Amino acid sequence: MNANGKNGELRIGFYICHCGHNIAGVVDCPAVAEYVAKLPGVAVSRDYKYMCSDPGQELIQQDIREHKLNRVVVASCSPLLHEATFRKAVAAGGLNPFFFQMVNIREHDSWVHTDRAAATTKAKALAHAAVRRVRFHKALETTRVPIHPDVLVVGGGISGIHAAITIANAGKKVFLVERDPSIGGHMAKFDKTFPTLDCAACILTPKMSAVRSHENITLWTYSEVVKVEGYVGNYTVTVKRKPRYVNEDLCVGCQECIKACVYKEGKFPDEFNVGLSKRKPVYIPFPQAVPQVVVIDPHYCLQLKTGKCKKTCLEACADRQAIDFTQKEELVEIKVGNIILATGFKLFDAKRIPQYGYGLYPNVVTSIELERLVTSSGPTSGEIVLRDGKPPKSVGFILCVGSRDMKTNRWCSRTCCMHSMKLAQLVREHTDADVTVFYLDIRAPGKGCEEFYDKSLRDGIQFVRGRVAEVTDWALAPEEEGKLVIRVEDTLAGFVRRIPVDMIVLAVGMEPHADAQDVRRLFNLSCGSEGWFLEKHPKLAPVSTFTDGVFIAGCCQGPKDIPDSIAQAGAAAAEAMALIDKGYIEQEPNTAYILEQDCSGCKSCLPLCPFTAITFDEAKQKASINAALCKGCGTCVAACPSGSIHQNLFEDEEIFSEIDGVLSYA
Amino acid sequence: MKYSYFPGCSLKGLGRSYEESLLPVMKQLGVEIAELEDWNCCGATAYMSVDEAKAGVLAARNLAIAEKSGPHDLLTPCSACYLVLNKTKHNLEDFPDIRDTVHNALRRGHLTYSGNTKVRHPLDVLVHDVGLEAIKQKVVRPLKGLKVAPYYGCQVVRPYSTFDDAWNPTTMDRLLAALGAEVVHYPLKTKCCGGSLTGTVPEAGLRLTYILLKEAVRRGADVIATICPLCQFNLDAYHDQIDRRWGPARIPTVYFTQLMGLAFGLPARQLGLQRNFIPMKALGTERATV
Amino acid sequence: MEVRRTIKYEADRVRGFSKEIMSVSGCDQLQSCIQCGTCSGTCPLSIYMDFSPRQVMALVRADFKNEVLASKTVWLCASCYACTVECPRKIRITDIMYALKQRAIKDGIYPRHFPIPILAKEFSEMVRRKGRITETLLVMRLFLKANWRAVLGSWRLGLGLIRTGRFVVRQEHIERQAELTAMLAAANQGNGKPKEAA
Repeated sequence: MNANGKNGELRIGFYICHCGHNIAGVVDCPAVAEYVAKLPGVAVSRDYKYMCSDPGQELIQQDIREHKLNRVVVASCSPLLHEATFRKAVAAGGLNPFFFQMVNIREHDSWVHTDRAAATTKAKALAHAAVRRVRFHKALETTRVPIHPDVLVVGGGISGIHAAITIANAGKKVFLVERDPSIGGHMAKFDKTFPTLDCAACILTPKMSAVRSHENITLWTYSEVVKVEGYVGNYTVTVKRKPRYVNEDLCVGCQECIKACVYKEGKFPDEFNVGLSKRKPVYIPFPQAVPQVVVIDPHYCLQLKTGKCKKTCLEACADRQAIDFTQKEELVEIKVGNIILATGFKLFDAKRIPQYGYGLYPNVVTSIELERLVTSSGPTSGEIVLRDGKPPKSVGFILCVGSRDMKTNRWCSRTCCMHSMKLAQLVREHTDADVTVFYLDIRAPGKGCEEFYDKSLRDGIQFVRGRVAEVTDWALAPEEEGKLVIRVEDTLAGFVRRIPVDMIVLAVGMEPHADAQDVRRLFNLSCGSEGWFLEKHPKLAPVSTFTDGVFIAGCCQGPKDIPDSIAQAGAAAAEAMALIDKGYIEQEPNTAYILEQDCSGCKSCLPLCPFTAITFDEAKQKASINAALCKGCGTCVAACPSGSIHQNLFEDEEIFSEIDGVLSYA
Repeated sequence: MKYSYFPGCSLKGLGRSYEESLLPVMKQLGVEIAELEDWNCCGATAYMSVDEAKAGVLAARNLAIAEKSGPHDLLTPCSACYLVLNKTKHNLEDFPDIRDTVHNALRRGHLTYSGNTKVRHPLDVLVHDVGLEAIKQKVVRPLKGLKVAPYYGCQVVRPYSTFDDAWNPTTMDRLLAALGAEVVHYPLKTKCCGGSLTGTVPEAGLRLTYILLKEAVRRGADVIATICPLCQFNLDAYHDQIDRRWGPARIPTVYFTQLMGLAFGLPARQLGLQRNFIPMKALGTERATV
Repeated sequence: MEVRRTIKYEADRVRGFSKEIMSVSGCDQLQSCIQCGTCSGTCPLSIYMDFSPRQVMALVRADFKNEVLASKTVWLCASCYACTVECPRKIRITDIMYALKQRAIKDGIYPRHFPIPILAKEFSEMVRRKGRITETLLVMRLFLKANWRAVLGSWRLGLGLIRTGRFVVRQEHIERQAELTAMLAAANQGNGKPKEAA
């Protein structure tokens, strides 16, 4: 298709949309059309009520054919809304869609001005500019980037598990990488889940088994992603596989080695039981761990630290010989097309609020510690007991610990009201204790949750509205001797109260992981101001990110409960599947490109690219841009000292002519 | 090491044993102190209750004099003075309207202030500038066997906790330990003593004082060490009234500088210990009883 | 049986009062108060107050000026700053209490014969005249003005102070009184006047 018509002639079609009353109510559209009709190069100039409608688009196509148009300008709403619509219409009319320019006279004009005359003048000036610019447009093609069908899921909690199974069920290959020795995440530590009081393990372990046995899922636990290169559809990821010192293929999880360990008893804090019990250096994280493979901790194992040990574990595994102290860290490279991050959250460190006495008073525990106490497979076999082994006669739950607090974390952690009420109900079930919940607001949205709140009230749980000021161990009344005293203003009753309890449970909030910033840099993402991974749009695109091909799901995007995590995991899987199924993506050709002959090899552009799209050829001493990675931000274009970098759709002559067009409007 | 010194009205009156013990201790440690020339009352909580602008001017006058005569580090033992001077310093930095009013007023007194004065508490200076090692070296009579409850009160640690934690400060704990004393775990170390309410609304103010005394006795302390003249007065002078209202909780309260002086071997009379209502028993003898 | 009717109409509100208080430097965070009650929970004097600190914040925000200034709450505040340090919205509650105290004194609204505002005024007066205060003299003036009978009750304390040498009667004063007077006179703006809310 010739850029210009016969004899290099420019034939521009100009259309100004009334947009009903939106534009026409302020801008005199027919006058603008009349003005543009007289501009050089304009073959057709029309005004129409709704350009984006079918008849409107038909008009463009018809005119292209009949009037042999080789450029089209539409003055209407924001390009974000309808640029794609009009480009398609232009293409349908037989013209390269990038010979099209859009002018925003709605958001930039009719919606922000009230003076009709001035607004019309502005519209004319903008139209003039567009008409001059479009002359320099070139025919461009969208590029197609193929999508590798494999998917990487990072994080083996409930979100990662669900995303992996969903994609694997669609017949695609999934790599599930988890940093802990077992998948399961936080949910594996819970006893029951709200609002149904389903046993967490009962609903989680089938999914964990499904991961293990699925032919399309490659499960790599005790592994971390260390490098990500590439772009949507073509990622090369390096995964570090940490040595368990146990051969995964040979170990059957019989745990004889653990029994035989020279450490007769557990001596080191058990991570799964959040420090409430001790484990040996050789251990399996929890009974339902997937994979059912033992791990040896090099920080505590005598053999690995000192080289001097009887190695009774080796003896115990003599027939299978699964233990291998020579195992080394391995780096494996994989190629995937899409990545789903489901790395979850960490809990707020209650020591940061010394007023609540965590770490100082032994019977102040966090919600997750109580979860472990309540679980029948936990360190106390499901008995809720104080540190001295006796059952508590009174328990206080303090909500919003490290949430809704400008001194620690501003946000609401969304799940604590519900899980505190759940734990409160379980405490009532397991013991005779008086239970009081100290809250600011009870947030119980979601199906079944209001009913759950009512059940809590009916279970005889006391609710006191007031943010607890402090927890102390000194008594002002006889019933307070030997107890922990909560001082709080009961705001609804209207007086200050001192309430002695045996045990205090802190509903600690959710936080982004400590290394969230490092992880997000690895995957080329942003974090929001609160530290959670940033979604593309908080309402319309919660699982996509600004990096194509990388999706986020679950609590790494923000605090949420299990149903919402699974929903997001499914959503991320669907978005990934959409790309895989199509097989390719079309890239908008607004990318920058380097004219090699002009490049001076100064390398100024390289560190500027936020998308690492520029590479340097040492041999040729020239830089070059990978169009698939380039997002068209324009930074390198502006910075290049030799002016050798140009940008499609934003060439110098295009921009200058547009500026001229506005300035020279008379 | 040289410091300007802002005693405040209380250290010349009810709290004179604070000054009497602070100065010789500083001298022993080789710290030079120059009393601020023609210092005026900081206004404490009272002036701030009446007129915010004038209260700012009062405090700023002292800051300006210190800046003019130097040194710029202004040693301020009294908690209320420490708070007011620090608060004014912050207000001048953060709020342009207060800054304008105050600078305008200072000019009428032919003074200027550019923000160079630093308000320092003796605890801060002793532990962070002089250092615990230097202090340990001067100890000739370690306070062995003396159980001390460290009581900080409010206004030095809140709201401007520039040198220590607001909820669980430890500078004095570490200092007392360096003197050889046994520091009692005292969770009420930053709870309000009642301030001036002990005189105006005794049933409220004195009850706060009582709670502090009662718990110190319960935890087995021999003496309470304090850093504020009003706290010392409240904890020391009202035992009769407290006995009558809620029951006995007798335990002596001294300034931490007096304990330092004792450990340095200075005579008790020189440290003003005879000014206490509840005398501190000689080291090594019987404890306080409830 | 005596009953009392308590209902607040819109006419009871003093429009603009909350804006005035929040325009005092550092007090605009009050807008973010979620009425959590941490301030009251941590305040050692809240159990003696008619309105808890939290209630005072609510009343100020709702423009109930007269109710707030007539209460004993602001005068029972010991300025211990526990509330300010604990507030999850970083509201400078103690400074708001000071702002309320200033307005109460300016408007003359406070409980009669209440010793605390009298103490504040006597203290300030002595500082204005002499540049420093002499505690014993101040206390004697306070007793005379507020409750002279209490002098009798405090005879033991007085004797104790004399015995320990803490009963200082020599009037403390500064040298350059004229300078201070001029400076205080110049600081007449900004107090009690509502500033433009940011």
